[in-house]
Amino acid sequence: MNSAAAPAASDALAARAHQFEDAEQQHHASWLGMWVFLATEVMFFGGMFTCYAFYRAGYPGAFAAASNQLDVLLGAINTAVLIGSSLTMALAVYSAETGSRRATVNFLLLTILLGAIFLGIKSYEYHEKFVEHFVPGAAFRFEGPFARPAEIFFSFYFAMTGMHALHMVIGIGLLAVIAIKARRGRFSPAYYTPVELTGLYWHFVDLVWIFLFPLLYLVGRHL
Amino acid sequence: MWQNLPLFPEQASTLAPRVDALFYFLVAVSLFFGLLIAFLIVYFAVKYRRRPGRERAGTFEENLPLEIFWTAVPLGISMVMFFWGALVYFDYSEPPVGALNIALVGRQWMWKIQHQEGQREIDELHVPVGRPVKLTMTSEDVIHSFFIPAFRIKMDVLPGRYTTTWFQATKAGEYQLFCAEYCGTQHSGMLGRIVVLEPADYQRWLGGGAGGLTMAEAGQNLFQRLGCVTCHRADGTGQGPSLVGLFGRQVKLQGGKSVVADEGYIRESIIDPRAKIVAGYQPVMPLFKGLVSEEGILQLIAYIKSLGQEERTVGK
Amino acid sequence: MNGAPREHYLNVDYGIRSWLFTTDHKRIAWLYLLSLTLFFFIGGFFATLIRIELLTPQGDLVQSETYNKFFTMHGVTMIFFFLIPSIPAVLGNFLIPMMIGARDMAFPRLNLASWYLFMFGGIFTLAAAAAGGVDTGWTFYTPYSSIYSNTHVVLTVVGVFITGFSSILTGLNFIVTIHKMRAPGLTWFRLPLFVWSHYATSIIFILGTPVIAITLLLVGLERVFHLGIFDPARGGDPVLFQHLFWFYSHPAVYIMILPAMGVVSELIAAFSRKRIFGYTFVAFASLAIAVIGFLVWGHHMFVAGESVHSAMIFSFLSFLVAIPSAVKVFNWTATLHKGSISYDAPMLYALGFIGLFTIGGLTGLFLATLGFDIHVHDTYFVVAHFHYIMVGGSVMAYLGGIHFWWPKMTGRTYPEPVARIAALIVFLGFNLTFFPQFVLGYVGMPRRYHAYPPEFQVLNVFSSAGASILAVGYVLPLIYLVWSLRYGRVAGANPWDARGLEWQTPSPPPTHNFDTVPRVTEAAYAYDKEPEEVYEFGSSPSRV
Repeated sequence: MNSAAAPAASDALAARAHQFEDAEQQHHASWLGMWVFLATEVMFFGGMFTCYAFYRAGYPGAFAAASNQLDVLLGAINTAVLIGSSLTMALAVYSAETGSRRATVNFLLLTILLGAIFLGIKSYEYHEKFVEHFVPGAAFRFEGPFARPAEIFFSFYFAMTGMHALHMVIGIGLLAVIAIKARRGRFSPAYYTPVELTGLYWHFVDLVWIFLFPLLYLVGRHL
Repeated sequence: MWQNLPLFPEQASTLAPRVDALFYFLVAVSLFFGLLIAFLIVYFAVKYRRRPGRERAGTFEENLPLEIFWTAVPLGISMVMFFWGALVYFDYSEPPVGALNIALVGRQWMWKIQHQEGQREIDELHVPVGRPVKLTMTSEDVIHSFFIPAFRIKMDVLPGRYTTTWFQATKAGEYQLFCAEYCGTQHSGMLGRIVVLEPADYQRWLGGGAGGLTMAEAGQNLFQRLGCVTCHRADGTGQGPSLVGLFGRQVKLQGGKSVVADEGYIRESIIDPRAKIVAGYQPVMPLFKGLVSEEGILQLIAYIKSLGQEERTVGK
Repeated sequence: MNGAPREHYLNVDYGIRSWLFTTDHKRIAWLYLLSLTLFFFIGGFFATLIRIELLTPQGDLVQSETYNKFFTMHGVTMIFFFLIPSIPAVLGNFLIPMMIGARDMAFPRLNLASWYLFMFGGIFTLAAAAAGGVDTGWTFYTPYSSIYSNTHVVLTVVGVFITGFSSILTGLNFIVTIHKMRAPGLTWFRLPLFVWSHYATSIIFILGTPVIAITLLLVGLERVFHLGIFDPARGGDPVLFQHLFWFYSHPAVYIMILPAMGVVSELIAAFSRKRIFGYTFVAFASLAIAVIGFLVWGHHMFVAGESVHSAMIFSFLSFLVAIPSAVKVFNWTATLHKGSISYDAPMLYALGFIGLFTIGGLTGLFLATLGFDIHVHDTYFVVAHFHYIMVGGSVMAYLGGIHFWWPKMTGRTYPEPVARIAALIVFLGFNLTFFPQFVLGYVGMPRRYHAYPPEFQVLNVFSSAGASILAVGYVLPLIYLVWSLRYGRVAGANPWDARGLEWQTPSPPPTHNFDTVPRVTEAAYAYDKEPEEVYEFGSSPSRV
């Protein structure tokens, strides 16, 4: 059957997941499951990106004008923060893989912190947009000839960054759970699948932002 | 056909026989394959029924030539269906030259129609037999669909843009108009009558209405009343381009792209002028959204179409 | 097997908690079976009201607003809360692990979560119905749904949104299970076609469902926050909604038929006692339908203002997607040749499926034909077409499958004579209900009409009469299947002498499905051999 280097851990694992024959099968199944899930997320965000692309092609001037109202500096800082959090996440996975419990926990906490900073900056941006009357709806106000399509731009801005932020909140929740488990010594080089898969999810959420940032913040801008 | 058990709709347009021929072909193919499958199922089920001595089945598991055959044959027949259907559709997509232009505005739950000569109708459309009729249609609210079974035509009527359809009636009479896109409470009550008249009777009907303005004349009035004439002078000296001869012409836009000045372009330019700026002009035209109705826009378009077609005094 | 008390998945634990917190795929299948039956009869209730109203040309039973809610609720309930889950969630969940020799799905807790999501979404939708209903049609076209309707649109779309995640997780579970948990020797091309069709369905589940989720979410956001994404008065495009909606909803119809085709393959093989003819072609046909099915959504929009070029491309592709289905029909028919055929109820349902699906599929060609579709789009011709496939196809296959695997699931057999009569009643009632609707569509009766011109009445009366017969056909199985739970003859492990792995374990099965891990040495449907020659149940014990 199975003769892993740490039989105790893998037997404990196998007892946990009765439907699998061995740890390797469980790991493969979990890994495939996460990738399939990410494929569904691509389709989910993809629907919004498609709508966005359609309207941007139809109203290029308006989208540029509206995009210029966003705070590029804050957006860029947030991008750096998220990329940094992907780095700390990768380091957390590496730490788990090499059995460093404390490093795993610390990197996970650091990732959570960076994620929280991202959300904080995002909240501030949302507040600014509210004050500037850029929230779509009855209170929306946009000077100049592009008012109607600009409202559509901001609809997408809030829908897409909002959905992204929701995914980040869920991600932070997952990270917290994983961090607690790591602290309790539940992971080892023989079994760190949850850390690895949470990492995959986190990298995906980061990747979505990498697309969102230029599409929303950098329309018609030149360095 | 039979009064209470209709099996075939009336054929009252040039398109109808073509659609029906296509239909009969599809029915024939379907009957053939449907009956073939049904026959084979029943035949095999009886011939090979389980009985003493036939508890075990024979062997017949795969046959590549057969698979290829029954993939290729349906594919071939499908392609015939596709081409025939596409041909009919393609021929139907563009109205012939010289079609009578009718403006239609749909709204919950009525059809508002205006002839170029000015006659307005609600839930009724009078047309002459033997002449192509083109409808330019838009909706004031939700999506509707203009459906005349006897003519075999249907086209959705959309808010915010124009769709067009056309027909040529071949028989005088009255035909049912339905709304075919669910549009709310009275969707099934959004009915209409198409009244096809002999040409002489149609002329009489046209002349019989109260002597009103033609669509182009009504459009000209709007053109002046709304102030369009201030910027869009015929000699091009105004802040906006001259509209003489505009309709159907290529227009060069800011940014290099070019677009044909059709009904949709003109409507958009009235509702939201900033969407497309003509090259060499400033984006100063105010939005007329809310200031002119869909019928008004269709009248303005009729007026603009008439510019440059003959010597006319335009403007002041 | 004698009737001695033996532990199996049904009696291993009693009590509501053991059911509501189960992770056993077989018990989860039962949870789905019960809730889906409830939703089926709710949807059927709305259908009954519709057909009663349509007995007369005037709208005299209920007001227009109410009628519009009837057909909307009928569509939403039947499609999202019955058809889409039906075969995968009940038969797929129960059988896939067994057919591949596994103890359970890859993710049993996720499986239970799927059911809870389904129920949670269902509650929202039922709440919307109780609060007064929704009247947009199940297609939620904008701007009617996003701006003009005064009914409980948001509540309904939230319900459908939540239930969508049930589909996504089920599809995810199936894909991982089929990839990673097959028994030794069970290569892809030895799998039963039921598994292939569920695999293809799962691809559509995971790639298509997220798109409807985001689309309905945008409609909900538009209604609540007054965004302008689909509002032409604010620069939005209502036709964009149609593209997004149909991008999912067309593949969704393949979600509804592919599992049914999988069931039919199993039934035809079992009751002809033969391998399915052209197995490889049928397997690949499932994949082809799933892939091509994503490319044809525009055929719902031929008169929506689509360009002529787009229409031509979509029409062409729509003909292509019909070919694999035709191939399957020919292969099933060829399987009957030289078979040893019995007329048990499941087989009657399967043979009925082939006939009715053929008619439904052929009439799909009518709709793909551009010149003809102009005339019959949004008429009862379309309604007849999709009911032939959904009801004449999917529901018949679902009933056939429930009957076939009933002994395995319950350890009891159902009364065969009554079942055959019920199958015939369903077949006859169905045709009387829906065939007249083809004629109604061709002569011009539009869909979603509360009142209609008087000359259409006779055909409508035929249709309603058929519906009353069909209803009897559906109520009968409900009665005798429940009856059989107590009074049916006790079933052995393999009452049909079939060849799938699921029949090589007791009826009902133990919780862990197999006492020892099987090894598979032959392709599926090895009716020319005995089961012992096909499956090796060695000495390595199955882990519990």
